[in-house]
Amino acid sequence: MFYRETGQIVKNYSEDRRMLPVREDRWIMWASIIIMFTLVPWLLVWSGEEEYWFSAILIPMMVLGIASLGLNIAVGYTGQLSLGTAGFMCFGAFTAFNLLFRLDWMNVWLAFLCSGIVAGLVGIIFGLPSLRIKGFYLLVSTLCAQFFAEWFFNAYPWFLNNASSGVVALPPHHYRFLPFQEEIFQMFNITRDYNDYLFRYFIALIVTILLILAAKNMVRSSTGRNWMAVRDMDIAANVIGIPVGKTKLNAFFVSCFYCGVAGAMYCYCYIGNLDFMIFNLRRSFLIMFMVILGGLGSIIGSFLGAIFVYGWPILITIIGDKVFQGAFDTAFVENNSKIIVGTIIVLLLIYEPMGFAGLWNTAKHRLRIWPFKQ
Amino acid sequence: MEFLTNFAAIFTTDGMFSAFGLEVLIGGMLSGVMYSLVGIGFVLIYKSSGVFNFAQGTMLLFAALTYVSLTERQVNPILAFTITTVVMILMGIIIERTVMRPLANRDLLSLFMATVGLNYFLEGLAQGTWDSAVHGVDLGIPSDPIFVSEFIPWLDILVSKFDGFAAAVAIFLVVGLYLFFQYTRTGLSLRAVSDDHMAAQAVGIPLAKIWAIVWAVTGVICFIVGLIWADRLSVSFTLTAAVLKGLPVILIGGLTSIPGCIVGGLIIGASEKLGEIYFAPVFGGQGIEHWWAYLTALVFILIRPTGLFGEREIERI
Repeated sequence: MFYRETGQIVKNYSEDRRMLPVREDRWIMWASIIIMFTLVPWLLVWSGEEEYWFSAILIPMMVLGIASLGLNIAVGYTGQLSLGTAGFMCFGAFTAFNLLFRLDWMNVWLAFLCSGIVAGLVGIIFGLPSLRIKGFYLLVSTLCAQFFAEWFFNAYPWFLNNASSGVVALPPHHYRFLPFQEEIFQMFNITRDYNDYLFRYFIALIVTILLILAAKNMVRSSTGRNWMAVRDMDIAANVIGIPVGKTKLNAFFVSCFYCGVAGAMYCYCYIGNLDFMIFNLRRSFLIMFMVILGGLGSIIGSFLGAIFVYGWPILITIIGDKVFQGAFDTAFVENNSKIIVGTIIVLLLIYEPMGFAGLWNTAKHRLRIWPFKQ
Repeated sequence: MEFLTNFAAIFTTDGMFSAFGLEVLIGGMLSGVMYSLVGIGFVLIYKSSGVFNFAQGTMLLFAALTYVSLTERQVNPILAFTITTVVMILMGIIIERTVMRPLANRDLLSLFMATVGLNYFLEGLAQGTWDSAVHGVDLGIPSDPIFVSEFIPWLDILVSKFDGFAAAVAIFLVVGLYLFFQYTRTGLSLRAVSDDHMAAQAVGIPLAKIWAIVWAVTGVICFIVGLIWADRLSVSFTLTAAVLKGLPVILIGGLTSIPGCIVGGLIIGASEKLGEIYFAPVFGGQGIEHWWAYLTALVFILIRPTGLFGEREIERI
């Protein structure tokens, strides 16, 4: 009734080609961007719980959402199975750290961009075998990337500033995100610490929005159509003149670019220190779950999956604390969330192969024809 | 140039393998057989249903953990062995009924994802039912070295009895499965199913029954392999990492070939040990074995995209 394209007439080609053809979608997009920038931080600061919400809920969900979007580009859009997500994130994180640590003029935005590019180039190298091998055999290449990254940053501690503990806390002066920001802060008499969660939140939010818009546009352009053609059947794609090799490699680049940025954000926006141990195979798998649950080949699905996989254990813990007075210990929570996530993966594959994104689309469709029944 | 001299140490002056090099090589190959053992279950399921079963490592853990927990609760080892075998067979049947049957005729990626979900489920179940502590296992397999020179005078090397035992089990399994696949009616149906689910169903092969058999047999193999691995490593969560050792092995051998699994194991084992001793110094550190195995596999696969003995699929539009 409220959400349908009837009566929205396109008058020229540029209107026809817009990213969101339905007016209500555009309203929702702008409204949610504005709410995320103003209402959410204001409410959280006002309620005084901003540290918990930013550091433990909102920022990690955005960061993991970007990582799963990156993986989704490789697996969901191009059909190239990858289990090296955390390894590529590791390359991104270390690039950002070394640039910000070693170059005085570097700022956060440029460092994130470079970390994406470096991770993307590494991704191209490990994606090269995809030109010759297909399917499950490609797991070898991406797993090799994963283990190589873990080993590499362990074997060459120079990248970690030779820290003996293997962990480096990121100093606040790394958060250079505006030109002359110190002067500006002095001018307006702002004394907030740069390490503050509010700053991290805004950095993460801006990067997330930019990356979502970029992905959305790539997917609906010829780049994305080539990816999907290669995914559906690469021989057929080759026959109709799509450069399969080039398409696979650029999918690897874009996918790993996202993972690299997510890795840099993971360190800079989320945990606030650099540690190669966190980018282990288990994290690759968690991101894989986000993609499967969220829905292969869907942007919103990547974020829904990230929210679910990351948020579910937190929810169980909160329920345990509030309802059962702390009766759930961490092992119980961990094992049960594993059982439940595993069950949901299988159930979704059986009943809704498109994942949460499929449910989302069904809901949208229902809303479109409401109040009539299917 | 240090690495060249290192490398030359594999050979003696007259071009033969030196005793040290040979010991490294044979030790590596035998430890590679341990990886083949993990791979066999993988290949069995892939060969008969086209499913790349990622839950292999967790099934290993689940079986070994069940056995160990039962024996720790003063259950007679033979009874515990029987109970675990029955549990694994039941698990195979349940997996077929609840996961595989509804997903029959879906694309291979969905089936793979389902086993990833299954993997997560079993991980939670195994550790939730029992516990996540480290358990020691002693099956009484001797692990002292054998002096090969006692049998073959010119071969002056040491071989672990444990590795020999593992190799014997692997050979037994491979020969048994090979005969089963080639010379029984069930084996024939299994091969038909692996070729094409729908075509197999069309000629009247009961897909559900076949898959239940395969998953049950794999469950039992997982139990045996899990025990051997557990005897070497102890039962804990790290046992699931066995699956990561098995992966490059089966990919080298080809996903559809059981003998290929053994060959792959030998190659990976040898390359891992040689790499650790002769190439690790080049990279300025130890611990390269994780990615070295994958790199070796990658080289082989680049030369033969479906592994050494894998079936080459003919694709058409």
